[in-house]
Amino acid sequence: MKRLVISALLMAVATCAFGTPTAMPRYHFENFTTANGLPHNHVFTLLVDKERVWAGTENGLAVYENHAWKTYGTADGLAHRAVLSLALDKRTGVVWAGTMGGLSRVSAGRIDSFTQLNSGLSNDVVYGVSVEGENVWVATAAGGCRFNTRTGQWTLYNERNTPMAEIWTYGVSATAGKVYYAVWGSGVLEYDQKTGRWDKYDDPDGENEIVLFKDQGLIHEIVTSVSYVDGILWAATYFGDSRYDGRTWHNFLTKDSGLPSNFTNFIKGVDANRAWFCTDRGLAYFDGVNWAVYRNSPLDGKPEMTERGPDGKVTYVDVTSAPAHNYVLGIDFQGNDIWVATAKGLSHGIHQP
Amino acid sequence: MSRSAQVGISTAIAALCAVLLMAILSKSTVVRAALSEPSVQSKGNVAGFASPLEVLLSPDGGRLYVLCQESDSVKVLNTRSFAVIKSIAVGHLPRGFSFSHTGDRLYVTNSWDDSLSVIDTHTLAVVANWPVGAEPSSVVADNSGKRLYVANRISNDIAVLNAETGDEEARLLAGRGSSYLTANPDGSRIYATHVYPNPPARRSGLDNRMPPESEITVIDAAKAKVIERIPLHRIAGVFHIAFSSDGRLGVAAQLHPKNLVPLAHVEHGWAFEDTLTLFGADIGTPIEVPLDEMERYASRPFGVAIAPDKSRIYISHGGSEIVTVVDVAKLMHFIHAHAGPFVQDLSASANFVIARIPVGRNPYGVALTRDGRRLFVANRLDDTVSVIDTRLNREVSKIKLDSPAKVSPLRHGEQTFYTSKYSFQGQFGCANCHIDSTFDGVQWDLEPDGFGRDIVDNRLLEDIRDTEPYKWNGGNPDIPTECGPRTEKYFWRSQTYDNLTLADLSLYIRSIPQRPNRWRLAHRQFTDSQDRGRVIFSRTTDKFGTAIPEQNRCPYCHSGAKGTNQKSFDVGTRKATDNGALLDTPQLTNIALTAPYLHDGSARTLEEIWTVYNAADKHGRTNDLSKDELNDLIEYLRTR
Repeated sequence: MKRLVISALLMAVATCAFGTPTAMPRYHFENFTTANGLPHNHVFTLLVDKERVWAGTENGLAVYENHAWKTYGTADGLAHRAVLSLALDKRTGVVWAGTMGGLSRVSAGRIDSFTQLNSGLSNDVVYGVSVEGENVWVATAAGGCRFNTRTGQWTLYNERNTPMAEIWTYGVSATAGKVYYAVWGSGVLEYDQKTGRWDKYDDPDGENEIVLFKDQGLIHEIVTSVSYVDGILWAATYFGDSRYDGRTWHNFLTKDSGLPSNFTNFIKGVDANRAWFCTDRGLAYFDGVNWAVYRNSPLDGKPEMTERGPDGKVTYVDVTSAPAHNYVLGIDFQGNDIWVATAKGLSHGIHQP
Repeated sequence: MSRSAQVGISTAIAALCAVLLMAILSKSTVVRAALSEPSVQSKGNVAGFASPLEVLLSPDGGRLYVLCQESDSVKVLNTRSFAVIKSIAVGHLPRGFSFSHTGDRLYVTNSWDDSLSVIDTHTLAVVANWPVGAEPSSVVADNSGKRLYVANRISNDIAVLNAETGDEEARLLAGRGSSYLTANPDGSRIYATHVYPNPPARRSGLDNRMPPESEITVIDAAKAKVIERIPLHRIAGVFHIAFSSDGRLGVAAQLHPKNLVPLAHVEHGWAFEDTLTLFGADIGTPIEVPLDEMERYASRPFGVAIAPDKSRIYISHGGSEIVTVVDVAKLMHFIHAHAGPFVQDLSASANFVIARIPVGRNPYGVALTRDGRRLFVANRLDDTVSVIDTRLNREVSKIKLDSPAKVSPLRHGEQTFYTSKYSFQGQFGCANCHIDSTFDGVQWDLEPDGFGRDIVDNRLLEDIRDTEPYKWNGGNPDIPTECGPRTEKYFWRSQTYDNLTLADLSLYIRSIPQRPNRWRLAHRQFTDSQDRGRVIFSRTTDKFGTAIPEQNRCPYCHSGAKGTNQKSFDVGTRKATDNGALLDTPQLTNIALTAPYLHDGSARTLEEIWTVYNAADKHGRTNDLSKDELNDLIEYLRTR
């Protein structure tokens, strides 16, 4: 009996450390294109607000509700037809849309737009937007901004008042404690809300396309997206991805993870251990131990799902659908379902039990 | 009891009954409210005047609550005797009030000190005073007792408060100048209006010639989220909303300025239309209906009430000093029998307006008894409350509140400012364009300069004393000239003021104070950004070290406490439709509130003054500034 118990314990430990992957989420993907209501197939970003799904496309801001699409364009007051980023103010229901021509506020059908000419916005190309309390944080092609919705004050962050070597900010993730900026060519910027101080995280290898020491720091200077959740920073670059817990870094590359590509457009943390990676070669999910990739096979174009365990073994899962395109630009969650923005369509991943 | 005694008592009772009957049947009886305590000392602009703004009946109908603006108080009256039970001191310049869902509390918004007074309706004592947003103007409680909604006029939003603690949960985006809130009968929705038009969503070839657009903001009370915005096209200035008891008919009182045509058309009724927007299940698509009629205008509709049986709509008119009575059945028949729009048709209202009841000066809030038989009307500028018998459609009593024995010149001036009786056919008054003595956010074509020429943005009246000359071209040397002959000829097109009235009106206008500046810190302190902006405002050299010519420095023209040297300059903003390039230097008083900017309103924001309209650096040297620095300059200007 004693031997049996010991064997069982050993098996349990082995399973935790090296075992077969736990069941990774499976989805049936329903895809939307211009053929079924999207204003454009190039979907830069998306946002789920309960039953409503917003899609930022190259030709307007579309909202899917009650099985129908409605599109807002410049005639409705949208700053520009190309919508690059979206954020929801959960307290008010206001949707903020970063476009190639300014920042738009969408509230119950009314759209007010802020541009570099009519407001304190630093630049009209708005790559990222994030809402924290009464502040809207913005990432633009000329630095970051904070718009206080109560006072109307704009505060600009650039090379003059932050350690930002480049001012091409690509993404922002704001919380009550910390705000992180993804800076294209200048690493990650961190703003401490309590102290009002900025800090900077760079690739220890500088601009060299090498990694001398694994997990030494941020994987690359060209940071495209940040996601700060549960005290963990997830950072995406065009040369791999990083996770930072405040003390140590962990990096993800195709060679030592389940990433389908090091070229990551967007990253979204679910919690401290789980994250989604939107790459140019498919959508990847990491549950802290195992990886799953959802895409169309690079070989034959057929829907494909792979799972990778901690031992590096990749298994193929029988699937009949995949995201609309492998060039993935964004993701958001609707209960157990996912919605995926791609370069050629929008996908609804319906969770399969 | 002896027979003679019985006869005596019977005679006395009969005599008393006769007196009462005469009182009831008399056209109008002034009842002096008996104060049960000393009157509250006024802290407002006009000393000693109660200035009743809104009225509210207690749920049991036994008390009439009167919001008295200038005396910073709420007076509680017995609805039978009209005796004042208590006068409750609240914050400065209260503007709106409403009960909690149980009626145990009365909430009062104090518009000038940004607070909310909470009154226990059992003890009639203020039990809490909560800080709220900028210029709170109206409050309404939800039916669950969890939340309060407060409309903030300056921040253009609606604050969602915890009803127990006053803690703010969220700010909901409302229309510009968010001011009046109403819950529908089942409390599921909150409806909000606003007094200044929303900024145009986009530019057009007309630039500053966009018709004003407003909205009714609809809030889901359970979710505390905005779920709909009912568009009000060509409307600038929306006031109270009322619902029928079944919730199927909503009515909003509003102004419909006709600012895209020259004011030469006053003779044709083309200055303002006074209208209602009808909405709700009875209506379907919202529809606008006029209240004016040929040669008889119903200027500045403000308060609205609908009879419990949905037979009548009552609307107070602050300018015409009347209450309009609309027959709902006739109204419905008219709008269903005729294809709209009706708003240009001055004959339309004859189909559904059944009475125009004269009341006191500047009538504002209205309250209808639960049986619908009496309508109370707050007459702000003669310190009375009219009591209207709705079966007779006439005023049967007038409750007199605190008021000095003699109307002061200042008060007379204010009465003159708010009445519409001086203009041709009583179409409009000063307060049409200067809502609550401020501005209207609208651009006008004033024909003295020629039709289609010299389009001008309306300027703020706050603290304009000693900023003469007036008009954008500096053509009027003083207020009596601005408000006397010029107004008579070009605006009113009618008999105008005698000398004393003009003097009093000028006195009032010169006395309009500046609203508290919400961007300015205490003790003349500045935030870092404001301080950097102040330095930029005062600089004498540009960023390249080149001296800025004296006349091109900000403080040269915008000098002194009010930010004007009272001279005219060409700042490079002349349009093809402008007759001249020289423009009067406007004062900077509360400039953060007065968008759009420049003489013709072509700059939608402060930023656009310099990012769009200062290419040649004639409006100050600014093109060397970085975006950060321009933002700092604007942060400083907001403190003026």
